[in-house]
Order: sequence, then structure tokens, then C-alpha cells
Amino acid sequence: MGTIAKIHEMLVGRQISCAELTQRYLDEISAANGELNAYVCVTGDEALAAAEAVDKKIAAGEEIGMLEGVPMSLKDNMSTKGILTTCCSKILTGYKPIYDATVWELLRDKGAVLLGKTNMDEFAMGSSCETSCYGGAANPVNTAHVAGGSSGGAASAVGGNLAAYSLGSDTGGSIRQPASFCGVVGLKPTYGAVSRYGLIAYASSLDQIGPVAKTVEDVSLVYDAICKPDKRDSTSKGGSETYSTLNNDIKGMKIGIAREYLDGVRDDVKEAVLAAAEVYKSLGAEIVYFDLPILKFALPVYYIIACAEASSNLGRYDGIRYGYKTAHYNGTHDMICRTRSEGFGGEVQRRILLGTYVLSAGYYDAYYKKAQNLRGTIIKAFNSAFESCDVILAPTVPMTAFEKGHAVSDPIETYLTDICTVPVNIAGLPGVSIPCGFNAKGMPIGMQLIGKSFGEAEILNAAYKYQQAAGENFKDTKWGVKL
Amino acid sequence: MGCEAVKYELVSGFETHIELQTKTKIFCGCTTQFGGEPNTHCCPVCIGLPGTLPVLNREVVRFAIKAGLAVHGEIAEVAKMDRKNYCYPDLSKAYQISQLYAPLIIGGYVELSNGRRIRLHHIHIEEDAGKLIHQHGDTYVDYNRGGVPLIEIVSEPDIRSIDEAKEYVERLQQVMRCIGVSDCKMQEGSMRCDVNISVRPEGSETFGTRTEIKNMNSIANIAKAMEYEYDRQVDLIESGGKVVQETLRYDDATGTTSSMRSKEDAHDYRYFRDPDLVTINIPREEVEALRAELPELPADRCRRYTDELGLPEKDAQLLTKYRRISEYFDAACEGVKSPKTVSNFIIGQIFRRTETESDKERFEVATSPEQLNELVKLLDSGKIRNNLAKSTLEKMLDSGKGALDFISESDMGGVDDGALLELCRAAIEGNPKAVEDFKNGKEKAIKALVGNVMKNSRGKADAVAAEAKIKELIG
Repeated sequence: MGTIAKIHEMLVGRQISCAELTQRYLDEISAANGELNAYVCVTGDEALAAAEAVDKKIAAGEEIGMLEGVPMSLKDNMSTKGILTTCCSKILTGYKPIYDATVWELLRDKGAVLLGKTNMDEFAMGSSCETSCYGGAANPVNTAHVAGGSSGGAASAVGGNLAAYSLGSDTGGSIRQPASFCGVVGLKPTYGAVSRYGLIAYASSLDQIGPVAKTVEDVSLVYDAICKPDKRDSTSKGGSETYSTLNNDIKGMKIGIAREYLDGVRDDVKEAVLAAAEVYKSLGAEIVYFDLPILKFALPVYYIIACAEASSNLGRYDGIRYGYKTAHYNGTHDMICRTRSEGFGGEVQRRILLGTYVLSAGYYDAYYKKAQNLRGTIIKAFNSAFESCDVILAPTVPMTAFEKGHAVSDPIETYLTDICTVPVNIAGLPGVSIPCGFNAKGMPIGMQLIGKSFGEAEILNAAYKYQQAAGENFKDTKWGVKL
Repeated sequence: MGCEAVKYELVSGFETHIELQTKTKIFCGCTTQFGGEPNTHCCPVCIGLPGTLPVLNREVVRFAIKAGLAVHGEIAEVAKMDRKNYCYPDLSKAYQISQLYAPLIIGGYVELSNGRRIRLHHIHIEEDAGKLIHQHGDTYVDYNRGGVPLIEIVSEPDIRSIDEAKEYVERLQQVMRCIGVSDCKMQEGSMRCDVNISVRPEGSETFGTRTEIKNMNSIANIAKAMEYEYDRQVDLIESGGKVVQETLRYDDATGTTSSMRSKEDAHDYRYFRDPDLVTINIPREEVEALRAELPELPADRCRRYTDELGLPEKDAQLLTKYRRISEYFDAACEGVKSPKTVSNFIIGQIFRRTETESDKERFEVATSPEQLNELVKLLDSGKIRNNLAKSTLEKMLDSGKGALDFISESDMGGVDDGALLELCRAAIEGNPKAVEDFKNGKEKAIKALVGNVMKNSRGKADAVAAEAKIKELIG
């Protein structure tokens, strides 16, 4: 049974009050967060107030929804009215938004209990969570390792049982990669399935909000609650319900493996993914191999487009209206320069510079325009791949969670960790990462199932069937609330 | 060696920003109203708070299409929004959402009274920025104007004189006001021009190096700045120098231009497609529906006045400058014999009471067009004479009352031939000096005699007939 269903049962069965449950989560957060650093802001009072409202409903004999009273968390790049929202950047020091992100509105209206905001790489730029101005989140499986990134805090909180689920955002793998590193499930929905209104932009054409949770059914429930069309986001279309088809038979489902996805992948990861393919065969699915040579362009295309958009999106942080402002300056221009130089971390500055470069006069055609053209080619390649299969199976990351400090010392190798995840963002497709084994050191290995556009139901169905068949890969950690 | 001085031709193109009068801003639901306490017409979207997204106000697209149709532009089937990146405190996102790669309107032209057409390159839609307010040594920013919709009308370098430039701007104002998309008030900033200007020896086919004068906010200043800049460029070339491509500002106090930035320092706006906004599709049915909504355009109206109503070109121009005036004229003309008479009353008398341009634009007149129509019909039917009509109109304009409040039954009806003869004889007998003068060749002396007839007939006599009769009697 998934965590959400279990909590729902406990609340409805009055085995525990929502306030008690929430207090337990808050207690465990104060006990564990020193080491996990999953949360950068804990909203205890708000959480308890929300919990009490749920308890009143239960006491009055009213029915409650599945997500009602379930303690959860949001990544620190989602706008929450009156609650610090900093993108884990010094430049947003003290920023308390005056409006709520659509996803938070939707969940709050369903009675969600917000425990706090989770750690992330600064402005979601990074693969280890270590570019956060609060320091990185630790991997709950082994705290000497990183939780991954950028939604490291979300994966760490979920893996460490410090939230029933968490919302992350995924621009190039930022939900799936930390989910893979921490041994939990993370869904990056189709671009447009979930509203981006209130998600502080990194790269607008790639960013997408999605759930991180311990089980496929939890991810499915949360996704169903947030995949609503939103008038405030022109690119939003809304998605369709996934929960009722989770347990559908997958006999005859064609699962494709692109050989290029296995290139350069560590042996233990490759073995685990191929073993998962065997599990699928045993469930009656058909495995088809094919080539996707265009994949080799995915990483450069991603870094050009993402940095270009980021350089524009992050222009507004100038110290004038909100957030950090330098203490000493001489005139407006100097104030803006100093504020940005002091307020942004190294990785963010690197990407702003890269993005500014690829959009400049004389370079636009050679970089940005070419990347956009290639993006079109990659989309077409995926479309034709889906003519021969229903879902694509691939590793989530070519490796397992690295030790702390490793990413900071080698940015290029860190960029390469995104190689399996970025194609999905470029093509706007849905992808879910689920645990599929452990390496010799006991670190989790993740695999991803990639679906057709708006094919969330299909990939979650396949993921759920795998979870049913290979439950040993979904292991709990020593941390947090034990239900 | 010929030492004839080289004559220089002025070459100019305009980039004209016009605020659209939609109720709400281009990407959010805030009001577009001018003024208001600073930062009260704002929301998270138009102050660019982190995480907010723009949603295009379709009304802006409709207004812009109307503007495009009114200047004969081609409406794109597919348009896109781009980001223009630059950092300035009045721009809350550090980029302006505009159009570069796929603007809404392509081509078009503005026709001038000399028959020349100033071609348009394109028209695009974009958002306005906020405003900086400098006060007590500090700088404050007001985002009320941020996100107000604009169209930018970019002309080809087809303007060849300052008079053409002035007329181009006036024509744009006239047509945009007429179709109701903007009030085009330069003093309030709802219309602003960037003027590109270069000079070349007359007869030359190649363009000279141009400079751009930014943000001109009155037609008078445009003329002054262009004159200054033309002279400056010609002087520079004649003294062996070269015009440098640069952006200039015009200083109203000194009447001179000065450099804002050179070509090397020009902004690199790093335009790219705005990923937050979707492609704008414009179905042809929508374009046709908007075309059908357009009122008669000033140029068409002007042509109708000259061709169908027989007005002189000058009258037609004056009457079509503001929509309210032409509507007043049209209503006052209803069923009259001579539209020129109506025109004379409006231009000769009513205009004296609506002296400023904004008075003319509002055209709030005590006398309704129906009342003027009634007066003109009295004149048409010969019941009253022109002089009486004129003085009556003055009284009507003073009081708002109708013609019949001032004209009694006895005033009406002409003077018959017998009565006229009596009046003329009386005038001749009573003014022997005038008669003597006239006989001695002083033509003007007859006026005194006619005046006497008019006075004694209380304005009802036909002055022309009276003069003829007097000449006959003296003759």
C-alpha cells in the first residue's frame, strides 16, 4: 500500500489525528534535518493549523479526500504566499511571495498539509543539490552521498520519510535523477500537463513540476491532482487521470530500448536496467531494441536552450524590488552589477554567461537557432521511435549517487549525469524514474520509463506493474516517520 | 569649376509607439488607465514577480489588427512573441515582450496630401515599460504603465521633408483616433516617435548614415529636432566630416540634439522567442469581421467630401481631422442643399470656439448638429439671408438655443422686387455723397449704398440683387 493510502486509512480509521501525525513529521524533521538538510524552511505553525482543520472535518464525520491531511513538501522554487521562497539562492534572501503557485493552490484546496520548502540546487541548476546556498541535501540511503539534484531536498525528504510526498521540478532531469539517487519514484510529466504558474523559472520551455514519492501509486495520485489546465499558463493543457489504470495488464506492451541510452552507462546500472527488461518480459511485455543516434546531440542542445532561457529569466534579480541587495554601491548600474555578482552562485553565473553568449548578435544562428532546429529533429526521432514501441526503458542516470563534493570539483562530468534525462525535456515527453536495484555499495539504481506525449497513464501503469513484481528494489531507510 | 552649392535631401523613417486603449493590460487583468497613485495598477504578473507568466490579452491582437487594416497592412496568419532583453529599472522582468521574428502586421502605407505614400515595414505589438520618477535626489519606479499594450509602427525611410514628417504623424493620429484604438496623446505619452534621419545630395540613390532621435513627444519638437539634425548633418558633411551612426536625445530647452550612445554601444537585445507564450493564430474570418467593424476612415471620408459633396480639399481636410468633427458635419448636412454652407459655418464660426487641438478633438459645441441643420435649411429655403444666419449662429452657440428662438416670423421671407426698388431709391436719395463718389469712379462707394439697403431691410434683402438694382438706377 502506498504512503498516501496508508495515511488516509489511518486518518479515516481515527488511528491517529492529523495534528498528531503532522507533529510526528515535524519532530522527525527537527531530528533528522541537521544531517539530511532536506528542508530549507519548515512551516510548522501553518502545517498544524491545516491539520487541525482536517481533524475538525473528520470529527464532524465528513468525508475527506485521499490527499487531505497528508503531510507533504514543496521545492523551494514554488511560490507560496507569505512563506519564504528563495530557490536556495542568496539573491532571493528573505523573499516572501504575495501569491501562490497554481500547484500549491490545487493541493492546498485538497487539504494538503505543507511541512515546508525543500532544498535544491540554486535556481535548479545542478545535479547534486550542492549549489544550494544552504549547502546540499544528503542521501538518506547513505549520507556521505549526495541526494542528487536539482530536487535533492524533495528526494531526500521523501526517502527519509520526512514527507509523504513532495513536489519537485524537472528541467533536465531534476526530479528523476535525485529520485534515482535516493531510491524513490519521481515523475516528470509531459510539458504542459502541469501548470508552471508560480514555478520560478529556470528554463521556461523545459521546466515541468512533478511529484516525488515512495511508490508509483503515490506519484499517480498526486499527479492526478495537479495535472489541471490553468488559464494563467498559456502553455498549460492539463493531463489525464492515471490512477484507475495503474494495475492494467501490460501483456503485449512494447517496451523499447534505445541502444544509445546504454552507451557510457556504468555496468552495474546497465545490468539493473536489463534485468528490469527481463522482469517486463516475464510480465508478458515485448522488448524491442532500436537506435536513436540523434541522442548524442541532446546534451549540447539542452545546455544551449536551457542557459539561453535562464539568462533571460534571471535578468529580473537586480536588487530593486525584492530579495538581496548589495550593501555598498555607486549608482544604479553598479548596484545591479554588485547585487548580481554577490547574490548568484558560481554555477548560476556560469549558465547566465553561457546563455547570454549563445543569444548574442553573431552567435545566435550558430548556437541557439541550431539548437532549436535540432530540438525539432529530436522530437521527430522520438515520434518515430514510438511507432515501434509503447514506452521506452532507459537508465535514469548513467551512475549511482556520487559522494559529496565530487560534483563541485568536476562540473563537466556532472553535466554528463544528465545525459539520459535531458532528451525527455527537450522533446517535452513524460518520464518516470523508479528504483530497479542497488550497486555493490548498496546505493540505489534507477530506471526511467519514457512515454508518448501525455502518455502518463501508460508509463505509470508499466511502472506500477514493475513495482508489484520487483518490490525488493523499493527499500525503506532508517529515517523519519514510520507509519 | 562649377561652384554651385550642393543641395541635400532629407531622408527619414519613423518608429511610432502607440498605446492601445484596451481596458486591461497586454498580459494581465490590470487596468490600462493613465495616472493613478504609483504602483496601484499592478499585479504579480505586470511587476514580473518570480514565477508569474504572461497570458496574451486577445483584445490587444484585435485592436492591432484594426490598426493594421486602417493603414492597409497585411495581417499575418501566424504571429509570435519574442523577448527583447535589456536591463533597466523600469522594466521589471529585464526583458520586454515584443515581436521581432513574426510580427502581427506586414507592410501597409500612410498616404499624404501630396499623394506620396509612406510605406510601412511592419507593425508589431509589445508591452510598455514602467516609469522612473526622480524626486528629492532619489529615484523611484512606478509600474502602472508597465504592461500597457503598445503597437510599434515602423515606416520605411520614405519621408523626404519635415512637412511630410509632420503630416505622417498627424495622419497616424487621425486614423488611430478614428478607429478608436488609441487617443494618441503625445503629451501623455500614448504616442511617441523615434525619428531616423539622414541626408544625401539631391539626386543620389544611396542613403547617408542615419542617426536616431529617441522619444519625441510633440509634433512641434519633431519638426524642431529634425530641422536641427538636418542642418547639423549637412554642416558636418560640408565641412568634410562624417555623420556617425548614433542614438540621440533632443533637448527641448536648447533645441539641440546630443548623443545617447554610439553604434558600438548599441544594445544587443538578444531577441528570442518567448517560451511562455504560444503561437498566435489569426483566422481570416476574424480579420474580415474586424474589417467590417471599421468606421469610414479619414482618407475615405475626405475623398467623399471632395468628390461627392463638392467641398474644396482644404475644407475636407479640416473636417476630417477629428472623428467628432466629421460626425458633426455629416449630421448637420442631413438633407441640406449646400454642404459647403455647413462647412463654412463649422470652419468659419464654430472653430473659433474650439481653438486648441484638444478642443477640436472633443468638439463639445453648445449647438447640436440638428440645430445647425435647421438653421442651414432656413437659409436654403431663402427664408433668411446669410448675414442673419451668421449672427443667429453666434447667438445659438452662446446659448445652446435653436435658430427659431432668435428669428421671428417677420424676419423671414425675402424682400420682393417692388420693395427692393423702394429701398434702393431711398438709399440713393439719402446718400448723395456716395452716389457722387461712385459716379466719379470710386467703385467701393456702392458698398455704402448696399449696406444702407441691408440695414433698412433688417438683413432680409439680397445684397447682390440690391447692388445690381442700385447700379441700374444710378447708371
